[in-house]
Amino acid sequence: MSSETKQILTTDGIPLEVSLKKAEKKNKIKAFLLVAPLLLFLVITYIFPIGDMFMRSVDDKMITNMLPKTFKAMEKWENLEELPPEEVYRSFYEDYKLLAENQQHGKLGQRLNKEKNGFNTITKKLFRQIKRKKIDESVSIKEQINKLHKRWRNVEYWLAIKRTAPPYTMAKYLKGMDMYFAADGSITQVEEDRRIHRILWLRTLEIAFFVTLFSFFMGYPIAHLLATLPMKYSNLLMICVLLPFWTSLLVRTASWMILLQQQGLVNDFFVMIGLVGDDNRPEMMYNKVGTYVAMTQILLPFMVLPLYSVMKTISPSLMRAGKSLGGTPFVAFWKVYFPLTIPGIGAGCLLVFILAIGYYITPALVGGASGTLISNQIAFHMKTTLDWSFASAMGLMLLTGVLVIYWIYNKLVGVDNIKLG
Amino acid sequence: MALPSYTETRYRIWHYIYLTICTFVFFFLIAPLFVIFPLSFNAEEFLVFSEGMKNLDPDAFSLRWYKDMIYGTKNPWGLAAKNSFIIAIFATIGSIILGTLAALGLSSRHMPYKGLIMATLISPMIVPLIISGVAIFFFMAKAGLAATHTGIVLAHIILGTPFVVITVTATLSGFDHSVTRAAASLGSNPVNTFMKITLPLILPGVISGGLFAFVTSFDEVVVVLFLAGLENTTIPIQMWTGLREQLSPTILAVATCLILLSTLILISAELLRRRSERLRGINR
Repeated sequence: MSSETKQILTTDGIPLEVSLKKAEKKNKIKAFLLVAPLLLFLVITYIFPIGDMFMRSVDDKMITNMLPKTFKAMEKWENLEELPPEEVYRSFYEDYKLLAENQQHGKLGQRLNKEKNGFNTITKKLFRQIKRKKIDESVSIKEQINKLHKRWRNVEYWLAIKRTAPPYTMAKYLKGMDMYFAADGSITQVEEDRRIHRILWLRTLEIAFFVTLFSFFMGYPIAHLLATLPMKYSNLLMICVLLPFWTSLLVRTASWMILLQQQGLVNDFFVMIGLVGDDNRPEMMYNKVGTYVAMTQILLPFMVLPLYSVMKTISPSLMRAGKSLGGTPFVAFWKVYFPLTIPGIGAGCLLVFILAIGYYITPALVGGASGTLISNQIAFHMKTTLDWSFASAMGLMLLTGVLVIYWIYNKLVGVDNIKLG
Repeated sequence: MALPSYTETRYRIWHYIYLTICTFVFFFLIAPLFVIFPLSFNAEEFLVFSEGMKNLDPDAFSLRWYKDMIYGTKNPWGLAAKNSFIIAIFATIGSIILGTLAALGLSSRHMPYKGLIMATLISPMIVPLIISGVAIFFFMAKAGLAATHTGIVLAHIILGTPFVVITVTATLSGFDHSVTRAAASLGSNPVNTFMKITLPLILPGVISGGLFAFVTSFDEVVVVLFLAGLENTTIPIQMWTGLREQLSPTILAVATCLILLSTLILISAELLRRRSERLRGINR
């Protein structure tokens, strides 16, 4: 545009460009205002609480708040090979006395005991001395405390207190991977027979993987059949996929509990065809078999529906063209049809995998001890041991995994391409 | 799916193997639901088919578990059903309002950061329920809403809105925006345009999203397990407790009712889908 060209003006004398930009901005704000209520609601009730989970998982302020003077005095403790100076002992004594007055000393003892075994005994001993007022504050506290128990004379125990000083810790995350901070601060693995969490993570991955695989091999043929049958038949068969999809998860789990029990129909059938004897019916529930069977049936619709919606768009003439160009039906399928269904396969597999990896209800009911997954462990710590920070840490580890898969899913399929039914 | 007459025998065999596999999978999907139905009419207390039932002896069948479900002493099902319906209805209304508004904003081409916002809005559907449960529990406990109906309704709105957002956005993708401009040029204000023009056209999508939200809430157990007190028990919680402790035939009576309910919902969802496709002019 040459500089001589007159600017185009609207009827009110404002340049058109400015006016258009203003309208554009107004539209942007309008669109955003429509989304704002839900966005705000979710951020407050959902996104922030997930952040709160993170704060809880790394939070270690309890002990920092309990021993404020001690940690301040410890800053001056330079030679870590030797016992701390008198000042540290005195501050610790003062902090502990205050805790004892407020009945908080028990918590401290337990927390320190987790850091180093044997702490509970010696703090209790100190507590009794304080209660009987046997500690003389006018002379060296260091000597008096050291006399109480030989462990107080061991520098390891004072180092353990020092380690609890930072208000944040990664210890819960390490625990989730069966590791811990050793006395010298290095990361160490727990003994081989106590690595329970690693087993659970692996089992969760294994079950999610195989459930996805089974769903794929079962879902692909029927999605193909549904997509190629004439409408009036496929609509009828679609009910077989949609009715379980809409039915309560607990109802479906209940039906598997009935079918798989030792006197159940599946076992009856095995006995009838002579596969097993009547007196040694196999246990199919409260183990992995039950988890696999029930989860595959429950998640199968999530595989079939995305596959179906992709296959529906593939023209049957492509297969015919493949065959007419000399391919056998297998070659035509493998070279023409299958590559076209890959987006659907990706969508279905990732959806099923994401759902399976976080499964809780079905494994808890039919899984027994060998079929439980990481979610069950999280629920256990939330409800039974009340170790909420550990539950949060494990939850976030699981969430990170799921978000990575979700990100891949988004790259491959796009979130706005999710179809329901 | 009939095979052309020139098909070679070996492909014919493959075709029949394929059909057999399909039949097996369809059976695997649907058959478990039909086990519950006859067993809920069992006259005995065991969860196996008795000899009488196998011989179709009328005495082996009875309605006693249905009577127990409705009139049984100390039976929690009445309270649970009432709570479930109240919670699900309010959660559905909340999800529909918030979700539809958000979908309208998201399908505007002026919407900034569309991808990021869409991902945030549907994240409750992707994040494993157990994590959602823990996070929502922390929030509700801080807000003093744990063990209240309000808290559970809010939690279910969180879980239900993604479905409404997805279905309504899908309906709006085929929406002709010139009709709203036409209404505006004829002097209609935005609210009036929405009520008279936009809403009737996207209604099938809104209702089917609402059905998803309703089912999600009605069926939800993980989050409720964290939030509910004794007063807020719902049908899924009662079923969960029942299945963990002892599998009584009363649960099967309840399950049969739930299957009937889901059949009803399936039929309405299907009818809505077809209506929506007709309205949007998609002919398949």
